[in-house]
Amino acid sequence: MSVPAELKYTESHEWVRLEADGSVTVGITQHAQELLGDMVFVQLPDVRRTLAQREDCAVVESVKAASDIYAPLGGEVIAVNSEVETSPEKINEDCYTAWLFKLKPANAGEVDGLLDAGGYQKLLDSEAH
Amino acid sequence: MLIFEHSRKNRRNYSQAPATRPAKNDIPDHLKRKSIPLLPEVSEMDTVRHYTRLSQKNFSIDTEFYPLGSCTMKYNPRACNSLAMLPQFLSRHPLAPEDTGQGFLACMYDLQEILKDVTGMAAVSLTSMAGAQGELIGITMIRAYHEAHGDTERTEIIIPDAAHGTNPATAVMCGYKVIEIPTNRDGDVDMDALKAAVGPKTAGLMLTNPSTLGVFEKKVAEMSRIVHAAGGLLYYDGANLNAVLGKVKPGDMGFDVIHMNLHKTFSTPHGGGGPGAAPVGVGERLLPYLPVPIVAHEQGVYRWLTEKDRPQTIGRLSAHMGNAGVLLRAYIYVRLLGAEGMHRISEYATLNANYLMAELRKLGFEIAYPNRRASHEFIVTMKEIKDRTGVTAMNLAKRLLDKGFHAPTTYFPLLVPECLLIEPAETESKETLDRFVAAMKEILDEIATQPDMIKAAPHDMPLRKIDDVKAARELDLVWEPAG
Amino acid sequence: MPFIPHTEEDVAEMLASIGARSIDELFDEIPAELKTGKLTQVPPGLSEMEISRLMYERAQQDGFYLSFIGAGAYEHHIPAAVWQITTRGEFYSSYTPYQAEASQGTLQLLYEYQTMMASLTGMDVSNASLYDGASALAEAALMAVRQHRTSRRILVPQTVHPVYRSVMRTIVRNQAIEVVEVPYDPATGQVAIDKLDQFAQEEFAALIIPQPNFFGVLEQVDALTDWAHDKQSLAVAVVNPVSLAMLKPPGEWGRRGADIAVGEGQPLGIPLSSGGPYFGFMTCKQELVRQMPGRIIGRTTDLEGKEGFALTLQAREQHIRRSKATSNICTNQGLMVTAATIYMSLLGPEGLYRVAAYSHANTVALVEQLEKLPGVKKAFHSPFFHEAALQLSVPADKVLNGLKAQGVLGGVLLENYYPDLKNTLLICATETKTVEDLDKYTEVLRQALAASA
Repeated sequence: MSVPAELKYTESHEWVRLEADGSVTVGITQHAQELLGDMVFVQLPDVRRTLAQREDCAVVESVKAASDIYAPLGGEVIAVNSEVETSPEKINEDCYTAWLFKLKPANAGEVDGLLDAGGYQKLLDSEAH
Repeated sequence: MLIFEHSRKNRRNYSQAPATRPAKNDIPDHLKRKSIPLLPEVSEMDTVRHYTRLSQKNFSIDTEFYPLGSCTMKYNPRACNSLAMLPQFLSRHPLAPEDTGQGFLACMYDLQEILKDVTGMAAVSLTSMAGAQGELIGITMIRAYHEAHGDTERTEIIIPDAAHGTNPATAVMCGYKVIEIPTNRDGDVDMDALKAAVGPKTAGLMLTNPSTLGVFEKKVAEMSRIVHAAGGLLYYDGANLNAVLGKVKPGDMGFDVIHMNLHKTFSTPHGGGGPGAAPVGVGERLLPYLPVPIVAHEQGVYRWLTEKDRPQTIGRLSAHMGNAGVLLRAYIYVRLLGAEGMHRISEYATLNANYLMAELRKLGFEIAYPNRRASHEFIVTMKEIKDRTGVTAMNLAKRLLDKGFHAPTTYFPLLVPECLLIEPAETESKETLDRFVAAMKEILDEIATQPDMIKAAPHDMPLRKIDDVKAARELDLVWEPAG
Repeated sequence: MPFIPHTEEDVAEMLASIGARSIDELFDEIPAELKTGKLTQVPPGLSEMEISRLMYERAQQDGFYLSFIGAGAYEHHIPAAVWQITTRGEFYSSYTPYQAEASQGTLQLLYEYQTMMASLTGMDVSNASLYDGASALAEAALMAVRQHRTSRRILVPQTVHPVYRSVMRTIVRNQAIEVVEVPYDPATGQVAIDKLDQFAQEEFAALIIPQPNFFGVLEQVDALTDWAHDKQSLAVAVVNPVSLAMLKPPGEWGRRGADIAVGEGQPLGIPLSSGGPYFGFMTCKQELVRQMPGRIIGRTTDLEGKEGFALTLQAREQHIRRSKATSNICTNQGLMVTAATIYMSLLGPEGLYRVAAYSHANTVALVEQLEKLPGVKKAFHSPFFHEAALQLSVPADKVLNGLKAQGVLGGVLLENYYPDLKNTLLICATETKTVEDLDKYTEVLRQALAASA
């Protein structure tokens, strides 16, 4: 199970990349993508929308499930990846390249609350039964 | 081919519609339809042939065994259909005066009384058109009850994680927050979790018993005490009533409101997706809120009770009185069964389920709750088989189609990975069950020797495996003529 | 034992396999204090012969009447083939088409139905049915609120079927959605446009627009649709499907067309049957399809590229999305849709036009005849379609009783729904009525009026 070391993670299976300019990029992990199966539809938040941490802001839909995506941090949506809107299967092909949206975090401190790769791996191990 | 592809311009049938057009059309011009709707222009024989041949592509109870858990696919007696379709019943307008419908109303009243007895509830309304609508009615009544008592802080409905999807969907549709509680290893609701979840915000608990895991919730009386003590009410999802009909009454288990699925327990037809009917029964607490109309029998005359008679009713959920034709079919069924027949339903449904469970266990299938009795259904889990061979429950389901059996339920409960929820119903003979077991044995052997073949099932149906990903990605929901 | 095939030998063998001594033992997990006694209100079982006798007696008790009642449920000729095919076991006793490969008959039929309904209503897509017209309107209101995102208010004219409004209220109230009613113009029987303008500064998720309305009166649908769109509200049409063969469909109303269309599908080959089962239809514009409740069928291919059909967009539905589903609906009215599809195929566009046209022409003729009687006049001065409100100068309930005594059901007393419309009958004549039927009504009404005078 691929858990890239340089990313941060949430308990709801989103990955977070901290960019050099202070923004963050958000997507869903390999675990989530595998559970959902073939993606058929993605609904992304509007650009300039302000989100609270853990607010549900997007939906990824497969044939057998529709999953809410939760904002890993509070902040303003500054970009969305229209490529996954037109081709949702890109998430299945490479979930770490097929990002969903970018945020400008409102509170830098919230980043510390995210899991690192080791913490996320532990979560995956405990969920497996 | 689609029916439209048989069309020929200006081909029409002659005896089903008036022979000519009327002389004038005085609809104002700006309100007239100028376009021609896309309806087939086909001969009567081609229409009959087309739809008859389509029907032959379907599985149905009349043709195949359907061990679909939670759906209760029992035989739909033919007499129920022919008698419900007597011409006087079919031609009666819903707004015709009550004195022109005393025969029909007598059937409805009798059905209300029988269902009251069967469920042990104080009153029954026949108006709900499906289980989900029955749930909507039940939760709406619970809301009305709390509001009438000035109890506006109750914003939560507790639902076990094993519940059918309509339960949480209904709670949210009624403006409540869903509090999910887990199920323990034995298949029962986790009582500690329930005690922790219950509180001043609890409007109610929704429970199915036997649960969707196919086992009886042994602590149901205690659950009822806990929820009532906290001021909440209890909703019973009667989808699995077939397991306990004539053995246990939901009213005795402490439920305040219940719905029954006539298209399950009372053998009305599934019709390719509906119509159903889900009469709602209530205990004393919720009596005033029951939806209208309800049939009353006063001094030898039957009449509908309406909002005027029941001022605290939550109101109406349908334009008329519900799915009358379905109710008639259920009435005829209960009259054919009688009291003794009702007792026997749950006995033989439970016998069939336990027998199948024992036989499949002998073959080597893993039973999800091996230390419990099956109710009228039980769960087989294919998790070990999937981990070892990659063959999933869905693959097995598709291979069963090749063998001439409809698959068991695979969509839920979500709790059990790779599950097959199996419900034989009481109308199946031992020989049919044995044939099913033989088919399952064949599939087990096939999994061992040709797992790839199973993963590509079905092979012998009119179609191979359908591409449902494409169906969702490339939405094609209406036919369009070329050009 | 009716419907239970087990012999004593079967039972013994099965118990042996299970390892239980009796069937009773299989219920040993149920606490003893919950086990019930006998059912006391359920009569002993009847044979098929006995129940047939009972049902024939009850049916005969109800008999047949010459009916001129409409008000949301309409008597049309149902071709013989419709129910003969619909009650074939393969349609009647088949299950929801979750296993697509075992349900291609039902799935293809539903795809054909969706195509016909979308076209009939002038919209892009259709679902595979809801319970009935009233609950379909409620679902449309919920859908409009989801789509609109800011307003939780629905504006509905009082010319919409009164029970539909009541059902909508019961259902949407749970989600704190407000239903605001607009009165009708007593002269025209239409939504008063000037009354609409008093709401010009308020926000609504949707305006409901009936066509024809409950009185049979034709509304100014273009103006109403544009009014809604000018306010960024959705336009929700409530229509009679047979009327759409003659009337401009919702998709062509106003500048942009209505957004959602719902209604009662019963006129399409479904018997009156005391009020059900009927079916609700819902169609909408393409961009709203993911918000549409209910099952939807899509065309696709199988592994080998062969054309096939499947339930699609299921992730919106309760069995997957659970608490975030578009609706809690699971079972729909599938068998009725089967009948309606066969009905529409047998009639075709020209046949359906003639059914609509004769329903209208007969009502026009009946109204003309009846207005010649003393003390009978149209309640509203507006174009109407296949239903009309007639005001009497004598107590209308007594008149209805007089008609009934002669085997004629003369219509609906509008006062039951609209207290201001005293002694006013809503009458409807469909294509099933002959010249003799209209003459009989006229003669019987003449007698009843004379008796009241």
